[in-house]
Amino acid sequence: MKTCVPGEEPGTEREPGPAAAAPGPSARTSGPSASAPAARPAYDTAPETGRRPEHGPSRGRRARMRGRRPRPFGLRTRLVFAFLLVAAVGCGTTAALTYRAARSAILEQTQNTAVSAFRQQVDALNIELPPDEDMLRDTLQSIARQGKPRTWRVYAEYGALRVSSTDRPESSVLTPELRARAHSREGTPHTAFQRVVKGGTTYLTMAVPAVFLSAKDETPQPTGLVVYAVMELDEEEANVEAMVTAARDGALPALAIALIPALLAARGVLRPVRELRHAAHSMGRGRLDTRIHAKGSDELADLARTFNESAAELERSVTELRRAEARARRFASDVSHELRTPLAGMLAVTEVLDEDAEALDSDTARAVRLISAETVKLAVLVEDLMEISRFDARAAELHTDEVDVADCVRKTLGSRHWRDPEQVHALLDEGIRARLDPRRFDVVVANLVGNALRHGRAPVTVRVYADGGSMLVVQVSDRGPGIHPDVLPHVFERFYKADPARARSAGSGLGLAITQENVRLHGGTVEAANHPAGGAVFTVRIPL
Amino acid sequence: MPRVLLIEDDPSVREGVELGLRRRGHEVRTAATGEAGLAALGEFRPDLLLLDLMLPGMNGVQVCNRVRENSQLPIIMLTARGDDFDVVIGLEAGADDYIVKPARTEVIEARIRAVLRRIEEPGGGRPAVEHHGALAVDRVGLTVAKNGERLALAPSELKLLLHLTAAPEQVFSRQQLLEHVWEHNYHGDARLVDACVRRLRAKIEDTPGDPRYIQTLRGFGYRFGPL
Repeated sequence: MKTCVPGEEPGTEREPGPAAAAPGPSARTSGPSASAPAARPAYDTAPETGRRPEHGPSRGRRARMRGRRPRPFGLRTRLVFAFLLVAAVGCGTTAALTYRAARSAILEQTQNTAVSAFRQQVDALNIELPPDEDMLRDTLQSIARQGKPRTWRVYAEYGALRVSSTDRPESSVLTPELRARAHSREGTPHTAFQRVVKGGTTYLTMAVPAVFLSAKDETPQPTGLVVYAVMELDEEEANVEAMVTAARDGALPALAIALIPALLAARGVLRPVRELRHAAHSMGRGRLDTRIHAKGSDELADLARTFNESAAELERSVTELRRAEARARRFASDVSHELRTPLAGMLAVTEVLDEDAEALDSDTARAVRLISAETVKLAVLVEDLMEISRFDARAAELHTDEVDVADCVRKTLGSRHWRDPEQVHALLDEGIRARLDPRRFDVVVANLVGNALRHGRAPVTVRVYADGGSMLVVQVSDRGPGIHPDVLPHVFERFYKADPARARSAGSGLGLAITQENVRLHGGTVEAANHPAGGAVFTVRIPL
Repeated sequence: MPRVLLIEDDPSVREGVELGLRRRGHEVRTAATGEAGLAALGEFRPDLLLLDLMLPGMNGVQVCNRVRENSQLPIIMLTARGDDFDVVIGLEAGADDYIVKPARTEVIEARIRAVLRRIEEPGGGRPAVEHHGALAVDRVGLTVAKNGERLALAPSELKLLLHLTAAPEQVFSRQQLLEHVWEHNYHGDARLVDACVRRLRAKIEDTPGDPRYIQTLRGFGYRFGPL
């Protein structure tokens, strides 16, 4: 075989039409010859190449953009929120517990110091009862001066007598409750104290009833004199306040720091998830060899491994299916190729049979004519099978030329001897020029008109017009009974028998399937429908 | 009646086509291989070669190239494979036309007659020899010379050139050329025209890549000139 490649003509040489620009013979079927097995189309390759150009890159881009867009309630946001919430709750709880513990510790210490000091002071009192007001005041003032850890304001109550170390005889912070506890007659009188918050300031109020030891049983007996002390707890509160501030100031950086592991964790989860999404998307577009890098032993790695296993399994079965499909296609193609050669010999002698049948006895003559007629039909069927095989192998090529559509249709009708307007009526808009493959377009029109004549009823109308200047429309309608609604969805299927009673259609049974493939090759569509007024209507639309 | 040499390796096709053509009055000689066919050429002296593309050993394209080295014998290719690829290679190798198998004898014969038919001359009163630039076209002797040197043109090339020069500067669509030169009655294969134009340009143009005589009008077709 000479190793010259069609399509490799000198680049500057120009042909009318795009033939020179047509792609070289990249994937073509080859016949069943052992000499050129490599010329077979590779069915087993990934099918995304040029199969669905309408989605793919754009969809992929959209998906990638979707991946980059921050989502208000995405996994990352939720993870970060969860982390921050945990950190906040942790910090808050710690701070609250610390605050409570520290506060009570500080206040209790102060309290204990103050209460014991005050008791000592009161115990050391040596006062004549009933007390003299001035003497009592002096005593109280000396007690107040000795207040621990700070000076106190000291008040004394004896019956209706009210004396204090300050200029006001009565304190407003002493609660009746404290008084009641101090005056209680039950059990032994003892020191009572209470923290009171008044006007935003916390006070420690203490009450010690002065006692005397009864001579009888050495038990302390209340004397009726109760000494109160009031001390502000501002410093302690300030200390506690400072601790709260410290806890808060510690919690905020802690939260900020918690952001880092949150983001890291989110990334750790999101990256595999994103990879998984890209991989799934890529598989969806037919890249079945997509695999994810799975490392580690966590659940996400398990997921990745499971994905990889499933992908491998899917790839295996799809490859197997594709191989089987390729084998089936190749088989059909090979069979039709193999049938051509004997048919070529048979077809060449059909005329001899037809001519000599006259001279034979009637049975032999009928047999001979039958063989002759069926040979011709078989040749058409094999030709159509070959054509379908080429479509299946995506080896069908479009050899376009700029043609006058009305001319083309006229030639098609003329060459098939459909010249009688009673039979085929042509309504052709003149002057529509389109870039078509004339041979394939001829097959399309001839097939539709032939079908209409065979299965419908004359007159068949062929309309050609440009729809909106961007679509070439070819409409073939007949006056027959139309197509049964059950049959309508299947008319373009291969070997579909509209009438089960008919064992074999008049054509090869592939005509409409080939028509559809030819129209698709032009980037167009073909539809079958029934006209409201009766009859079937086939509409071909090809972009101009 | 034309004498036809048929080179075909498959016995049934060989016999069938031979039988069919003989019934129509042709004198047919057959050969089963390219080598045998080339050997038969010399003594049988056919008017036309029917050549199968897929031959064992020397294939049809090689046979075509060998024949074209020193002869303008009309060649029609028989291809059992409607593969575009083979057709184009065959046409590039110098075949004048091709027939896809299986074909009825009447189709084969129609093609044979079309290739052998001399082109209809439009109107008389033309000079026997026309000069177009460096080309001298003898419409009576059916020869073409360039700068005084006679060119070896295959039948389809000669017919195409005669047809184009009969109406210089007139644009012919490929479809028109297929009908007039090859007599394909409808939607033949435009690649026949393209391949023939390429071969013709290689022979008559000074620079085939920048044609002067046979010009292309994209989307319309070909025309001869203007020079």
